Amino acid sequence: MPHYRATVTITLRPAILDVQGKTVEHALHALGFTNVSHVRIGKHITLEVEAPDSNAAQLQCTAMSQQLLANPIIEDYHITIEELPQ
Amino acid sequence: MNVGVVVFPGSNCDRDAFHAVETTDGMTARYLWHKDTTLPSQLDAVILPGGFSYGDYLRSGAIARFSPIMRAVVEFARRGGLVLGICNGFQILTEAQLLPGALLRNAQQRFLCRHVFIRVENNQTPFTMAYEHGQVLTIPIAHGEGRYYAHPEILHELEANGQIVFRYCDATGAINDASNPNGSLMNIAGITNRERNVLGLMPHPERACDSILGSTDGRGIFQSMVHYFASVGV
Repeated sequence: MPHYRATVTITLRPAILDVQGKTVEHALHALGFTNVSHVRIGKHITLEVEAPDSNAAQLQCTAMSQQLLANPIIEDYHITIEELPQ
Repeated sequence: MNVGVVVFPGSNCDRDAFHAVETTDGMTARYLWHKDTTLPSQLDAVILPGGFSYGDYLRSGAIARFSPIMRAVVEFARRGGLVLGICNGFQILTEAQLLPGALLRNAQQRFLCRHVFIRVENNQTPFTMAYEHGQVLTIPIAHGEGRYYAHPEILHELEANGQIVFRYCDATGAINDASNPNGSLMNIAGITNRERNVLGLMPHPERACDSILGSTDGRGIFQSMVHYFASVGV
């Protein structure tokens, strides 16, 4: 069965104040990058799955994201799937 | 009244909770190990203590929620058993969806460790019947992620159902931004589920049970549980 590498990017939903992002934004301003705004910090998770096809891999990663990797109340997630060479 | 204190890897308020239970008239404590899959048969309440279960990896409470004992705790709660989640315990209860909402990083980014004032918003619960309505308590907080968040419609429901049990306030009981230590929506410090048998709160009542620690205002939560237990005559 083919192997896929999934990348799950998790970010706080846009309506939620990201205090880490705010703090980093202030620090960037202090460094002179005064044209920077909307800094948001998230999580980047990579994993490998064995699945019959990329669609099945995507579906599994969606289930993982909803049940554990992200908290849908406060976070959005985005999944990308790439097939690994045999 | 038999109270179980769950010990997760990374719990660090389990002994404080145990001590608070053992020194409350009418209560005895025992530890419950996170790997247990069942609860003891003679158990009347469960406490999920504060700490950093599983190192707060991924999100606070996200991993603890799936530890073996939690399935039994969820079932216990669904049957009406009393469950008290303190600090990390509150975070675990939201992750387990026994309580609505989530707890985000404090608005000021800092870990906060100090006494705060909280107001009793509802004393008609098994956890607050020993208090007066509107009573102002002095209880310590110690958290980096205590900013309560829920969707507006959930907040509305919480308020309409009297599920907001504690709100951050000042010494006079006034609720405003200045008395909100962490940016929680509506100054929420603690909520119950709709059925009132599950309470989660960020402040640490178990650290406010001895005058030598600066406050005994937390004792009322444990006394309330005893009163409630006696009143339902189990």
